[in-house]
Amino acid sequence: MEMAEGILLTIVTAATPLLFAALGELIAERSGVLNLGVEGMMAVGAVMGFAAGHVTGVPVVGVLAGIIAGAVTGGLFGIVTLVFAANQNASGLALTLFGLGLSGLIGNSYTGMPGLRLPHVHISILSDLPIVGSVIFGEDPLVYVAIALTIAVWLFLFRSYAGLILRSVGDNDVSAHALGYPVLRVRMLAVLFGGACAGLGGAYLSLVYTPQWTQAMTAGRGWIAIALVVFGTWLPGRIAVGALLFGAVNILQLHAQAIGLGIPSQFLSSLPYLITVVALVLISRNQTLLKVHTPACLGRTFVPDN
Amino acid sequence: MRRFLGAAVAAGLLIAASSGAQAAKLKVCWVYPGPHNDGGFSQQHDIGRLDVEKALGDKVETSFVESVQEGPDSERVIERLARGGCGLVFTTSFGFMDPTLKVAGKFPNVKFEHMSGYKTAPNMSTYNLRWYQGRYVQGQIAAKVSKSGTAGYIVSFPIPEVVMGIDAFMLGAQSVNPNFKVKIVWVNTWLDPGKEADAAKALIDQGADVLVQHTDSPAAMQIAEERHIHAFGQSADMLKFGPNAQLASLVDNWGPYYIKEVNSVLDGSWKMHQTWAGMADDDVLVEPLKNMPDDVKKMAEGSIADIKSGKLVVFAGPVYKQDGTLVTKPGEVMPDKDIDSINFYVKGITEQLPGK
Repeated sequence: MEMAEGILLTIVTAATPLLFAALGELIAERSGVLNLGVEGMMAVGAVMGFAAGHVTGVPVVGVLAGIIAGAVTGGLFGIVTLVFAANQNASGLALTLFGLGLSGLIGNSYTGMPGLRLPHVHISILSDLPIVGSVIFGEDPLVYVAIALTIAVWLFLFRSYAGLILRSVGDNDVSAHALGYPVLRVRMLAVLFGGACAGLGGAYLSLVYTPQWTQAMTAGRGWIAIALVVFGTWLPGRIAVGALLFGAVNILQLHAQAIGLGIPSQFLSSLPYLITVVALVLISRNQTLLKVHTPACLGRTFVPDN
Repeated sequence: MRRFLGAAVAAGLLIAASSGAQAAKLKVCWVYPGPHNDGGFSQQHDIGRLDVEKALGDKVETSFVESVQEGPDSERVIERLARGGCGLVFTTSFGFMDPTLKVAGKFPNVKFEHMSGYKTAPNMSTYNLRWYQGRYVQGQIAAKVSKSGTAGYIVSFPIPEVVMGIDAFMLGAQSVNPNFKVKIVWVNTWLDPGKEADAAKALIDQGADVLVQHTDSPAAMQIAEERHIHAFGQSADMLKFGPNAQLASLVDNWGPYYIKEVNSVLDGSWKMHQTWAGMADDDVLVEPLKNMPDDVKKMAEGSIADIKSGKLVVFAGPVYKQDGTLVTKPGEVMPDKDIDSINFYVKGITEQLPGK
């Protein structure tokens, strides 16, 4: 495999878990709920995905288990913040800690075990094209799911009635409620979807990226996903670009070290995060751009006053 | 009434005596930087702890705290162990050095042993393994097995212990192929499977066909297996992650050392020491030798035997720095304290050491 092809493949693989988690968080935030617990949900998805795959011997079952586990964990957050009207930020942080701890506990008996890997797709002629062949036609199936999900989320948000309701709940919950839309139910469904996607992103880590389980293997990706949602101004296309950018900087800094460019490795390691911060600052300079797409009720607790 | 009182006093004395005898059992405690079953570094320490239990279970009680972050938080953990009655505490990572020193100052009656550091106190020893001996053999094997003449080395932080490993690896490789190259990637973490896998992929894409690591997860071994190249495991045998890829693993065998130290506390002979054990004490193993031609295996076994007997010394002169300066003259041997604080790459490595 040539170097360019290898690099592109690795970038796409690195971006995929971020994209899953960020798309899920996008839907949740578009409905007005700020769920800071993405890291915890990803961790639970990763461990349950690995465990289910290990127990059944079928990686796809692992993926499904990761999705369900993520959704259940998201559901917990939903109950706490939507039913009991607790503060969303605090609950999200608590969810992160809870998810990381729970995943460590469940994963105790699975540490140090090699896992199953979802096999890559191979379409005879197309996958063998030089450079772009395996990148476009030879990825693991979840990469294609991520691309499809990005398109699906865009269609849902901007071309469907249900998406319109979701956005209106996120922009003005009081008016939506007055119009008769079930604000809390919409938000709960959005949070469940967010959890499911985060779980899928986590399962991707333990079933495709590095088929094993290690405590805290999510390594902060959940937080990057949350940042990506803002970085992409709550638009699915831009979020996908952001995920690829973060993945690309991550991989290229490793290559820069391997080539021996002489730039200190500590600086290169911090580069992906630096670039994300710079991008966020640049976006925030244009207040109009931000205001147009920021869900106006993001993070606000809604209590229907019947 | 008197008989009852007598029986009660006798029972009370018996209980006090037996609990007194139990309190006399030495509590030995370990602090790990990762999970006790990480399949690598921390697990090997835990196996050493279990060896102590097997050998001395009737005289000691062991316990451990795992996944302790290096830095200030570890001080809290170490202090809690000392306060909770541990008589001997092993802190098993470089980053625990200053916290251990601080707690050792507060608890002069508790004995501490810090792995891989260089600060000591009257009740704090340091201990380390001469992993670089194993790295030398790995370098020799890599140079024989590699077709591209380039190895990929995945490392964590530029501390002397890591740098001496890279240097020893290169010296070993150069003894077989003077033009052998190594590409080095610093991931700035001891354990992050995703990053280690990314580093492995980057190194392979850049032309490396043998991977070496000084990080703790088997992720790189898995990538090596997938891409049909070779790799060396770290701390524990990683063969199940790379059945066709693993050439050998640098195995930490802590059992003999830990049993020795616990015995020295039990019989009162424990003194502050700075130990650097190695192949000669069976604490560093390079095994199992697989996936290589028989003549390479024989060469490796020969080198291991020579290092064990002292015939082959890794940092024996001439040793040149990257810029060509002669650090150790031919016929001389680099002193331990210089190896322990090594901060340069040897000649033949073209990359820059971070922080220089």
